[in-house]
Amino acid sequence: MRALHANIGWWFGFALVTLALLFAPMFWGSFHLTLLVIQGLLALSLGLLWGQAGILCFGQSAFYGLGAYAYAVAAMNLQGHPWGTLAAVFIALLVTASFAAALGAMMFYGRVSDVYLGVITLVVTLLFNKFMNAAAGSAYVIGQAHLGGFNGIPGFPPLALPLSESFEVTGDALYALCCVLLLLALAGCHWLGQTHWGRALAGVRENELRAQLLGYDPRRLKTGIFALSGLLAGLAGVLYACWAEIVTPGLFSLKQAAEVIIWVIAGGLGTWIGPVVGAFALGGLKSALATQTLIDNTVIMGAVLVAVVLLLPRGVVPSLQRWLQPLGSRARWRLRWMRGEVTANVAKDSHHD
Amino acid sequence: MVLDHLLVNLLDLAYAIATLCLLSSGLALIFGLMRIINLAHGEFIVLGGYVTLAATQAGVPIWWAIFVLAPLALALFGGLVEWAIIRHLYGRMMDTMLATWGLSMLMSGALVTVFGNTTTGVTNPLGALVIGPFQVGGYSVLVIGVTALLMLLAYLTLRHTRAGMVVRAAMQSPQVVAALGYNPRTVYRRTFMAGAALSGLAGGLMAPLIGLTPASGGQFIAKSFITIISGGASVLTGTLSASALFGLVSKAVEWLTTPVWGELALLLVAIVLLRLMPQGITGRYFKGQV
Repeated sequence: MRALHANIGWWFGFALVTLALLFAPMFWGSFHLTLLVIQGLLALSLGLLWGQAGILCFGQSAFYGLGAYAYAVAAMNLQGHPWGTLAAVFIALLVTASFAAALGAMMFYGRVSDVYLGVITLVVTLLFNKFMNAAAGSAYVIGQAHLGGFNGIPGFPPLALPLSESFEVTGDALYALCCVLLLLALAGCHWLGQTHWGRALAGVRENELRAQLLGYDPRRLKTGIFALSGLLAGLAGVLYACWAEIVTPGLFSLKQAAEVIIWVIAGGLGTWIGPVVGAFALGGLKSALATQTLIDNTVIMGAVLVAVVLLLPRGVVPSLQRWLQPLGSRARWRLRWMRGEVTANVAKDSHHD
Repeated sequence: MVLDHLLVNLLDLAYAIATLCLLSSGLALIFGLMRIINLAHGEFIVLGGYVTLAATQAGVPIWWAIFVLAPLALALFGGLVEWAIIRHLYGRMMDTMLATWGLSMLMSGALVTVFGNTTTGVTNPLGALVIGPFQVGGYSVLVIGVTALLMLLAYLTLRHTRAGMVVRAAMQSPQVVAALGYNPRTVYRRTFMAGAALSGLAGGLMAPLIGLTPASGGQFIAKSFITIISGGASVLTGTLSASALFGLVSKAVEWLTTPVWGELALLLVAIVLLRLMPQGITGRYFKGQV
């Protein structure tokens, strides 16, 4: 019963997001919306890791940046091939997923947990940031791509499909692609949470020792979800590279890392829609604030984070759900009472709702 | 000549270790006692620097500004932060980290609004020191000296005074301390203020050596965060050993290559260290030290 209601709520949210994505281009330019959708995907990647497995990664932007850089480098080197950019996407995804898997394996098999895990992921992000900032000059070249230090890599080919004549995925087409990928990722996360693997991960999140005693290997489960989350973040990075047509070390910055966490925690941890909504709302707020000079942008972001942690530790979407739930169950109860279905075990039954 | 060269290099190394130690001491005190990571630590340091800057510009003698005003102002500010944010989140480590990260963004944004996004500096009050054919900054020697003194003072306070004993006891078991008549919340608040004061002192002391920008908090927090986590549970021993290790590694690599690779080596060593000793250096060696 409960699962069904949760499912109705989920499909409702999913439909709402789909409709929002469909109708948003009527009001705002699709160029800016594309960035929001990409950021939603990035937030979802952290929401998956943090919400499903309880692992707070401080360096989600490392995978984001790595995906973008890997795509840029691969696309530069494969320039001219009809399948070049598509191959570059797969190379980038492979690179980020295997890097995340290696990093995850290193940490989880070493039994590194909570705050120490936060430090390591943060340090990895810093490493990338420092290295990419310093990697200027002719010594830092991969094939035909100059890493370019602080200036980053401009001028790599955007995603193109080898149709009758080469079809470049930019503008509205890129927006559509990003939306489809985001919705697929959302549905995928929801499906994943209901599989055996997803439930085992939730078990590890709730009580690692108990899950271990029941015969699950938390190290393997965590490494798996870490790699998957890295893959999603890498995908967001690839899409970002296609959208911005330049990659810079700023992708690895602490600010970017903090922003992802703020989106997820403000939107709502433990839901799939929450992080995406958080990314949309706060990303939109940020660009709205960028047009005024009265208050610095980081002040608002910082204040949002402090306020959410202190006042709404569960995030906006779960809090909304909690407020709406009693309304729903009361309405259902009244319906059944009118139909005459309510019997003596009403109290027990409504608890189960 | 060779001896002079060695001395200069040793001073350079000591300076690298001392700055790591100085910059992370405030964070280490707060983490060691309260298991709280104050991610706004970097901005506390920057604020200390700006207090010193504002005070010297208002005509206060620089030593007063560094050693009295900056720590005092930050202690008060720390008390305010503890009252407004930290005390609601005791026992929720991750939430505290997130809230203080928000605070750090808030503070750096506010600093940009007030002081503008430009680099400012405090004039260096000390000249150069001549060692044979070489010159070293007299101020760096002062930083080394002050850090050594500070560490010694912290050791004596924690080890041999009543307040230090209460603090160490609260570190081990807040319940017992409460049962013996000390309010752990008061102990926590004062420790947080003391940690903030240390950050203020660090900021004031470093102000003449670095260009202050509102965004420079980020580089401090990363280094001090890594240092104290790698150091582990013991406040002084952990900070000292981790600073020594990281200072040595980054300087050695810097001599061989460039400063950038020195920093990268520091980060890499931190990752390897945490992989091998997830509880930090003092989680494995020097157990039970202060």
